[in-house]
Amino acid sequence: MTIAIVDYGMGNLHSVSKACERLGFKTVVTGDPAAILNASGVLLPGVGAFGDAMEHLRESGLDRVVREAAAAGKPLLGICLGMQLLFDSSEEHGDHQGLGILPGRVVRFEGGSLKVPHMGWNKLEYVNSDGPLFLGLEEGHVYFVHSYHVLPERQEDLLAVTDYGYPVTAVVGHGNVFGMQFHPEKSGEMGMSLLRNFLTFAEGGQQGQAG
Amino acid sequence: MLTKRIIPCLDVKDGRVVKGVNFVNLRDAGDPVELAALYDREGADELVFLDISASNEGRATMIEVVRQTAGEISIPFTVGGGISQVEDMKRILRAGADKIGINTAAIVNPDLISDGARRFGSQCIVVAVDAKFNDAWGEWEVYTHGGRKPTGIRALEWVKEAESRGAGEILLTSMDADGTKDGFDLPLTRAVSCLVGIPVIASGGAGNKEHFYDVFTEGQADAALAATIFHYKEIAVPDLKQDLKARGVEIR
Repeated sequence: MTIAIVDYGMGNLHSVSKACERLGFKTVVTGDPAAILNASGVLLPGVGAFGDAMEHLRESGLDRVVREAAAAGKPLLGICLGMQLLFDSSEEHGDHQGLGILPGRVVRFEGGSLKVPHMGWNKLEYVNSDGPLFLGLEEGHVYFVHSYHVLPERQEDLLAVTDYGYPVTAVVGHGNVFGMQFHPEKSGEMGMSLLRNFLTFAEGGQQGQAG
Repeated sequence: MLTKRIIPCLDVKDGRVVKGVNFVNLRDAGDPVELAALYDREGADELVFLDISASNEGRATMIEVVRQTAGEISIPFTVGGGISQVEDMKRILRAGADKIGINTAAIVNPDLISDGARRFGSQCIVVAVDAKFNDAWGEWEVYTHGGRKPTGIRALEWVKEAESRGAGEILLTSMDADGTKDGFDLPLTRAVSCLVGIPVIASGGAGNKEHFYDVFTEGQADAALAATIFHYKEIAVPDLKQDLKARGVEIR
């Protein structure tokens, strides 16, 4: 079984794919619709601006493919910008439409004395730890880099927050679709454990081989 | 709340880790990829690679070191040294680095900061500043070329400009403190931290755990960087973090 890492021409996917390999999971970095739809799970990474990312996804037709994968019940994890893309819209540099897989919007950090981007290690606080992601994991620190954050429309989709002046959406989930605002592949042991939990869930509960 | 970060720095020449005392007398301290993985396991929050290779072959080797490191570690890392064009930045980020450190090249061509920030995002651009107290001015002066050349530029003005051009962080090295092990330069670190709205990484002078506590509290640094004391195990990262946590500093 293979995990598809969606390649839509935005940023470096090397770290994410290597992190999965170290955990013992097979990955393919791909922009091929069939490879994505046949994978056991899909990772949607992303760095850069929301508008550019959506444009790349639309141009390559991968927006429909990711929506289709999500609708088919395939385990899907959006990372950082990739999580923001799952939602309806973002106000980053104008008003942009997202994938609309989860209801909600992406807004800029409210002004104040805190520095933007929110960059560095911050602690996860679980709101709902029932799902597969936090299995066996205590609340810990993960690595964030972002200037915008998600306001999910459904309270039940909010799985964890982090405190940066106010509770900021850190992890979301609904059925087979998940999102992490931080970079699990850059978040030390805690991040690797979260990634392992998602990948294990994607592979139908079977543990990956230790790499 | 964001935690204070502990950052080991690896000076790399032709693919091997070295560290000079006051930037001369280089000593070999091992394989960069292995050392990086060790620091990740020990709980370092981030790493900085400073490429001090003088040749093109050395630079090319560094790209390979970056690629291998990115595959081995799960914490963010910055690569600096000899980067003078946006294309250099692209190559290093593509190889898997998270941030780019620029120093001399940013002084020579400040547009490099703005261009890099526009292209890759401010969070990728770390402006490294080597500063030394200038007695005649009564404030700090920026030095370039590994701390050898005075520029006539006031450090406090330069960090402000770097920020306004889109720098995401300032890596601040005190030439006065570097290599002394007498502690970080608290007045300099504090002056810069109070002046800019971006994170400041204090560097130069770390000799014991107390020095880290001081630079996070009195110096108001967001992160502290050191090399020798970590490489030669004079201070172990887990001990240091435990100690800081026990004293009430927000630490991962």
